[in-house]
Amino acid sequence: MIEIENVKKSFGNLEVLKGISMTVEKGEVVSVIGGSGSGKSTMLMCINGLEPIDSGRILVDGTEVHAKGTDLNKLRRNIGIVFQQWNAFPHLTVLENTTIALRKVLGKSRSEADEIAIKQLKHVGLGDKLKVYPSRLSGGQQQRMAIARALAMSPKYMLFDEVTSALDPQLVGEVLDTMRLLASEGMTMIVVTHEMAFAREVSNRVAFFRDGLIHEIGSPKQIFESPERPETAAFLKSVL
Amino acid sequence: MFNINYTFHWNQAFRALPQMLEGALVTLQIAVLSMVIGIVIGVLLALAKDSRVAALRWFANIWIEVARNTPALFQVYMIYFGIPAVLQLVAGVFGVNFRALGINIFYLDSYWAVLVGIAFNNAGYLAETFRGGLRAVPPTQTRAARSLGFNAVDSFRLIVLPQMFRAVFHPMTNQMVWAILMTSVGIFVGLNIDLTGVTQELNARTFRTFEFFALAAAIYYVIAKIVTGGARLIAWRLFRY
Repeated sequence: MIEIENVKKSFGNLEVLKGISMTVEKGEVVSVIGGSGSGKSTMLMCINGLEPIDSGRILVDGTEVHAKGTDLNKLRRNIGIVFQQWNAFPHLTVLENTTIALRKVLGKSRSEADEIAIKQLKHVGLGDKLKVYPSRLSGGQQQRMAIARALAMSPKYMLFDEVTSALDPQLVGEVLDTMRLLASEGMTMIVVTHEMAFAREVSNRVAFFRDGLIHEIGSPKQIFESPERPETAAFLKSVL
Repeated sequence: MFNINYTFHWNQAFRALPQMLEGALVTLQIAVLSMVIGIVIGVLLALAKDSRVAALRWFANIWIEVARNTPALFQVYMIYFGIPAVLQLVAGVFGVNFRALGINIFYLDSYWAVLVGIAFNNAGYLAETFRGGLRAVPPTQTRAARSLGFNAVDSFRLIVLPQMFRAVFHPMTNQMVWAILMTSVGIFVGLNIDLTGVTQELNARTFRTFEFFALAAAIYYVIAKIVTGGARLIAWRLFRY
């Protein structure tokens, strides 16, 4: 369970998160929508401790992320994250990209790591690209590789930060399919996205971010069909 | 008027070729070792220069400034005469018995002086090259590595550093060639086993100055070419991506 309690965060004078509270239960898929600059991505970075927070707290399975004694490296093994920029490691092949953390962080043997990685890469449809360098992959394939790389660590949670925003339109579908598959397998996911149809179809809940606050949160049906707040309705109207 | 009675005697020079090639090996050895040391220290200096700790920044700055803006010869001199002087000072002030440690504080072997001096120079130049190279690796790479659970050292070592080395490989090759040529300053601190030193001794014995130094220059040239060619081969093998 991920518990976010009244989290505030500023970059200099700019307050990006103005008091976010949200709980994500095990097995839940929560989509986060909203305009750019509304704090969606920042919140994801805070959840796995890539960004510090100013006040409030975030608990992952009861561990306070930003507490002094927290071993972030250990915590992050439980939280997979996929970014908007593909972030493939260009000097490593697809297989090496997927095994390096297994071997160097989890200390698995090469054969053990290969086995896990190959299974995950097949899962996302890259079983035939093991020896290929990322520069030879399309954006969609690189993004699927990033998902497999995160999944290989067998995280309990997956965070997705606008993973299709930098992709050519014809490549978006394959990545969303992979995420759909993941959701159907019961992975707990927080998905920051601009893909409204996806959010509507896959999520248990949808959170609308506005000005560093959760403006409205509810079932996809409620948010998309009968939003309570006029700003939610206006935002949806502008993107749909 | 000009004396143009000098006649070339190449035979003598060519007979000395094996001796000179032995010297060339020493030259290459100094260059390689000074590069290895220079690369390691260069990476540390590059990090230190962008460090949050002011003392580290200062230390790196002074090293880099001196290495890049003073003649390499002076740097070798500073080591050759400076280290014994410092050791004598330490011995005098703190009463350290270096003799018991097997260290002669009145004399530094010229081989070591040249090696350390050139390593000093390499480290200073490479530090700036590496700093540029590090900028070429997007910060998102570190972020991705950290998010997989890598600690700061491992994400630098396994993810950032290999990419940096690709970015700086050609400037590094240049530095290697430069290091080979720089070893010739060893002659000023009495190094007589490297290519220049051996050549100078042959010259002093025979006075066939032009022949010997022309041959030595040719050997330097060939070594430099082999190094650049080899580097290209390594780059081709290493950077397949």
